[in-house]
Amino acid sequence: MKLKGSIFLGILIALFMSACGGGSGEKESKGKFAPPPVAKPLTFEEAQADWKNQKGLGPITHVELGELDPELAKKGSEIYVLKCTACHAPEVEKLGPAPVGVLNRRTPEWVMNMILNPEEMAMKDPIGRGLLMKYNTVMANQGLTQEDARAVLEYFRTL
Amino acid sequence: MKSTKFTLMMLAVASLFVYSRCGSGGGNGAGAIGNSSAAEKVYVAPGELDEYYEFFSGGFSGQVTVHGLPSGRLLKTIPVFSVDGEKGYGFNEETKPLLMTTFGFVPWDDSHHPKLSQTNGEHDGKYLFINGNNTPRIARIDLTTFETTEIIQIPNSAGSHASPYPTQNTEYLVAATRFSVPIPQKDVTIDSYKEDFKGTFTFISGGQEPGKMDIAFQIVAPGYDYDLAHSGKGVSHGWTFFTSYNVEQANTLKEKNASQRDKDYIAAVNWKKAEEYLAQGKFHEWPAEYYHNYYNDKTHSATATKMNGVKVLIPSECPGLVYYLPTPKSPHGVDVNPTGEFIVASGKLSADLTVHSFKKMLAAIEEEKFDEVIDGIPVLNFDAVLAGTVSSGGLGPLHTEFDGRGNGYTSFFISSEVVKWNLETFEVVDRIPSYYSIGHLSIPGGGSMKPWENGKYLIAMNKITKDRYLPTGPELAHSAQLYDISGDKMELLLDFPTMGEPHYAQGILASKIIEQQVKFFPLEENEHEHKTLTETETKVVRNGNEVHIYATMIRSHFAPDNIEGIKVGDKVFWHVTNLEQDWDVPHGLAVMGAQNAELLIMPGQTETLVWEPLSEGIFPFYCSDFCSALHQEMQGYVRVSAKGSDTKLKWGLGDEIFEE
Repeated sequence: MKLKGSIFLGILIALFMSACGGGSGEKESKGKFAPPPVAKPLTFEEAQADWKNQKGLGPITHVELGELDPELAKKGSEIYVLKCTACHAPEVEKLGPAPVGVLNRRTPEWVMNMILNPEEMAMKDPIGRGLLMKYNTVMANQGLTQEDARAVLEYFRTL
Repeated sequence: MKSTKFTLMMLAVASLFVYSRCGSGGGNGAGAIGNSSAAEKVYVAPGELDEYYEFFSGGFSGQVTVHGLPSGRLLKTIPVFSVDGEKGYGFNEETKPLLMTTFGFVPWDDSHHPKLSQTNGEHDGKYLFINGNNTPRIARIDLTTFETTEIIQIPNSAGSHASPYPTQNTEYLVAATRFSVPIPQKDVTIDSYKEDFKGTFTFISGGQEPGKMDIAFQIVAPGYDYDLAHSGKGVSHGWTFFTSYNVEQANTLKEKNASQRDKDYIAAVNWKKAEEYLAQGKFHEWPAEYYHNYYNDKTHSATATKMNGVKVLIPSECPGLVYYLPTPKSPHGVDVNPTGEFIVASGKLSADLTVHSFKKMLAAIEEEKFDEVIDGIPVLNFDAVLAGTVSSGGLGPLHTEFDGRGNGYTSFFISSEVVKWNLETFEVVDRIPSYYSIGHLSIPGGGSMKPWENGKYLIAMNKITKDRYLPTGPELAHSAQLYDISGDKMELLLDFPTMGEPHYAQGILASKIIEQQVKFFPLEENEHEHKTLTETETKVVRNGNEVHIYATMIRSHFAPDNIEGIKVGDKVFWHVTNLEQDWDVPHGLAVMGAQNAELLIMPGQTETLVWEPLSEGIFPFYCSDFCSALHQEMQGYVRVSAKGSDTKLKWGLGDEIFEE
């Protein structure tokens, strides 16, 4: 009986949709925390092997690393101390990975997107998702601006 | 069988849905917000936002609640005059000073009238003010943080009901004594009421400048019960009107004895004139102690400052300062229409509304049409100031608000209804029941010079609920009702429960304040005396029997999370900084046995919990606001040793251990 009821309700809803000349309900959910996509293009291992092509998801599509800018790195160091050290020690693993040598395993774009867009990176980026599994936590979004994130990236180059 | 019934019911619901969704003249839609059903008009789909913020007084809860319109959804409770364990308000060291008064720390009040700040007679979306009725106070709520940031006590007052009703540019907030008392206070017999008891009108400056609220001046008035107020606007800018009852000056059985005379008075106060008298030095300086309390969003802390002395004006020494407008039947609400010309009084024992004309009032003053003079206050001739009477057909009018299309809407308590009337003809044009016994009503912007969208919604705040909701024992949440008033006929759309007793509410178009919302407090701007901005600065410091813990929190740990060396008899101050810099990531601190409340610390904020452990042992503490997947792991331990033991202070996180 219960099943029949459900089917009946289904028919009704279908009827309603057609009666209105096609549903207007295709609007996507607005939430940022949408469930992760079913199909994963790459595994963590595959994506790590391909890290030079992995730019991550977020506002950063291209970063030009010029000569090291010590002023910018100094600013980045200050931001890092204030906003990041509760979880990341520079040289050793604390709660998350240490940033030392990060540019030997991640692209500058990926690093900045991870800082600026950690929630989406943890859900949808193959490396970000792998790191979530490894460290059991979504990195906190510490509200850095793009300029702040670029400065922190410069600081990482000095480690 | 059950399933069949269920199916049939679903069928009925679904067909209704189909009909209303697709029908062209749908539902019973008498209002004009499209031709849709009541359900559609209030339906805010998941993920969508309401059109209006509506701020309700929490009445005897002492707080303010924020609802969305048209959904009626409760968005937030803002603690104002009462302590609130949920947010640690009045329990943490930072907010305790907000509740200081000359009577000491007062943890409760009866919040009455939320009023939005105004610029040029329009709601500017900066602040919300609300009065505490019991221990006379006015609070400011900052609409960038939705936090109470300032409270000023009103001296020489009792029962501060006619408040805060700001002037057109928030030059002043006002207050008056509902309960006349000896001013200044003294020990007298209660039956000396007629000789010793006085009323006051208070004008508070600094409404547009955070931290600057102060008592600008007070006016001493005859000892009546001053009930409600409204400041003039447009043509009547510069004046404030206060209703009174008990001109009989009864001090007992007021129910009967204060209702003897046919008319009481509306006091019309010319505050621009008051400014002239103040400038001329025609004031008295009376000693009067009161508190001014201010919460700073950089130090994340409040300070309580005791003030002394007020400037007092005496009407008999200041001609032209106050006039009385005779008004029938113990008037309650006094409301001024958007142009400022009409002063609408609701004689609560009457069927009719009395509408005074501001223009006629000025003429009567000019021509000195005075019936008598009481303590230097001329009583204007009733017929000389009357613009007209609205014969409502209802009973027990209380309050009026306005749309932008020339109509007034008055609540009728006894006959439980809203009556719509025309401001030109004074004729009733529509009426609709409320469920039950409506007190205040609110049209977003309807008390200002510019009702939002010319008046789209009206909210009735009802005193009696009875059968409107599932019964919940003897006490029921007060009911609010939402009406569509955009068309010729009012239409009831929605019932929703409220908190405490919402005496009044004001609404503002959401788009006016969405953009200014603070999402977190930047760590760089934290000026708290005991802030800890990085984990390397965390520490535990002993000073006699006071121990200060400087801790931080971030998803998902405290630093430090192991603390030893606390002793029975210590007074422990937890100064905790939330290092998060993201929206909607508060962390809590709960300590077993703490005799106050949790801390609920916003990102970038520092708060302090005082804890006095009474016994030895291991005390866990934890984050009380689910913050992350590892929220349950966000916890720590404190070791409490016996009084006089030699356990040294020791604290740390992971491998980083420190000792004193």
